[in-house]
Amino acid sequence: MDANDTAVFTYPRSLSRTPTHYCPGCLHGVAHRLVAEAIDALGVREKTVGICPVGCSVLAYKYFDCDMIEASHGRAPAVATGVKRARPDLVCFTYQGDGDLASIGMAEIIHAANRNEPITVIFYNNAIYGMTGGQMAPTTLVGMKTSTSPTGRDPIDRGAGYPIRMVELLNTLEGPVYLARQSLLSSADIFRARRVVQRAFSLQSKGFTFVEFVGTCPTNWGMAPVEAREWAQKRMIEVFPIGVFRDREAEAAKASAAKEA
Amino acid sequence: MGEKILMKGSEAIAEAAVRAGCKLFFGYPITPQNEVPEYMSKRLFEVGGQFVQAESEVAASNMCYGAAAVGHRVMTSSSSPGVTLKQEGLSYCAGSELPVVVVNVMRGGPGLGGIQPAQSDYFQATRPGHGDFRYIVIAPATIQEAVDLMMDAFDLADRYRNPVMVLADGLIGQMMEPVVFREDPPKEYDKSWACTGCAGREKNIVNSLYLDPKDLEDHNFHLFRKYDEVEKNEIRVEEYLMEDAEVALAAYGTTARICKTAIGLLRAQGFKVGLVRPITLWPFPYRTFRKVADRVRFVLDVEMSMGQMIQDVRLGVVERCPVHFYGRVGGMVPAPVEIVQQVQRLLAE
Ligand SMILES: Cc1ncc(C[n+]2csc(CCOP(=O)(O)OP(=O)(O)O)c2C)c(N)n1
Ligand code: SF4
Repeated sequence: MDANDTAVFTYPRSLSRTPTHYCPGCLHGVAHRLVAEAIDALGVREKTVGICPVGCSVLAYKYFDCDMIEASHGRAPAVATGVKRARPDLVCFTYQGDGDLASIGMAEIIHAANRNEPITVIFYNNAIYGMTGGQMAPTTLVGMKTSTSPTGRDPIDRGAGYPIRMVELLNTLEGPVYLARQSLLSSADIFRARRVVQRAFSLQSKGFTFVEFVGTCPTNWGMAPVEAREWAQKRMIEVFPIGVFRDREAEAAKASAAKEA
Repeated sequence: MGEKILMKGSEAIAEAAVRAGCKLFFGYPITPQNEVPEYMSKRLFEVGGQFVQAESEVAASNMCYGAAAVGHRVMTSSSSPGVTLKQEGLSYCAGSELPVVVVNVMRGGPGLGGIQPAQSDYFQATRPGHGDFRYIVIAPATIQEAVDLMMDAFDLADRYRNPVMVLADGLIGQMMEPVVFREDPPKEYDKSWACTGCAGREKNIVNSLYLDPKDLEDHNFHLFRKYDEVEKNEIRVEEYLMEDAEVALAAYGTTARICKTAIGLLRAQGFKVGLVRPITLWPFPYRTFRKVADRVRFVLDVEMSMGQMIQDVRLGVVERCPVHFYGRVGGMVPAPVEIVQQVQRLLAE
């Protein structure tokens, strides 16, 4: 067991003791904890500025115990750009949902990634608009029923489009340093997610780092928490495959090791 | 005072910002203000600052929001259609009480409109985006004034923690005039509210969300107490040849300059005409117009719009005298002789 394993049982310093408003079984809270643990692990709480989105995690500024900025819907990467251009010495993360990041904020995320802004983006993908009551998201699966795709997302007859894979999309750009997707659906997944988030934060000074979490929204999916996790495991992972898609530092280390060998 | 330098309006505005201690510029190209970002893209790196050509005006205004949130002087510039997109980030700046300076070099509309000078953004400057809030709006009529007001804009933004819009038009942007830059160093303001990392203090939050209606009402009350202070302290207006005037022209920016030429022509013919030129469009000099209205036969409001500032002129005059309007739009600039003819016609009525 390393230090990270035992950290699960304590309260991360970078989380406030404020009770969250998240629904039972929602994985936003888990994602927050992982971010807070990464900040703690790197010892950077006092120089971190977090940017929260508009979405269910809009109140994240209450939950993280570091300086926090509330952005307008989708613009967190632009706000983070402003923060880091002014203060490159700060650590800056955004925390965004799928409507926020992959719909209204698509331009901001693509361009922040393309400029390789040294920020860490945490993307919570639950395939739905949670806060506004369960409308279709850009990541909603084909056939998935939402309040604005009542017969199931239909890309053919109703022109509702296909789920957008953000990590894969960003992976076409030259800029980013680190791109990964990890689920939060089981303890083992959360364990792996912790490493991924810490890796992303630790590489932030090198450039743009991005972690997508496959999460759930039991409330708007109309499922019990366990059922929601099982459904996500069965249906979402095949559309949003898990993995580290890019780690420029690791690639560079491997390349230089190969050269030496 | 420094030496006199011959400069193009847009570049003088940009240089004034740099001298006011602004090291950050976020913008998106649009005619007729491209010289501002072009100048900044070179100049800011010379002074250890940063320039980002943003993906859109929406992004640019939100980058300003981020830079202002960490306590840095920051600006953006654009022209009318771009300013529409900037309204989002600027409303959040006002709600979160962040100082930011935005230059709007107006062009004609609606829609894509044209690229020639206009004053048809008076409404979107003085009645800005969503929510109850104000920009402090200042309107220069010469390049020297643009330089001075630009430096003041950063102080106003910092003092009141609010967006300040410098409202100019393509003529100011494109003209060349000799200017002198003030040499006083940028003033320091308390920015203990900024998100600079929470070392040695409680965390700071920059936010415009108040879910409890009572809290949001209180926040609005707070903002408006601040706006009352602005109205009390910051109104600026020029009264030109008004002492003996029987007719008052009302105009701002470039149009005011043209009015002065027209007044020269009218006075040469014996007509006692003066000008009231609002320099701050918000707060608006209502009192000056009320005072003037009792002394003149009428006010002729002249704009490069279909009549926007005239609404405020009427609020000031409150029917104490007639208020007439003359406007040219679409990039058409009123000639002094047109204004002369309007005054002569109205006097003959
Ligand atoms: C400009 C703007 N448009 C729309 C909204 C309404 N709105 C609030 S949250 C949201 C979607 C949030 O969904 P997502 O980003 O997926 O986050 P989740 O709530 O699922 O965590 C929308 C459309 C808004 N606040 N601002
Ligand atoms: S609505 Fe969905 S995403 Fe929002 S808190 Fe509830 S479960 Fe979580």
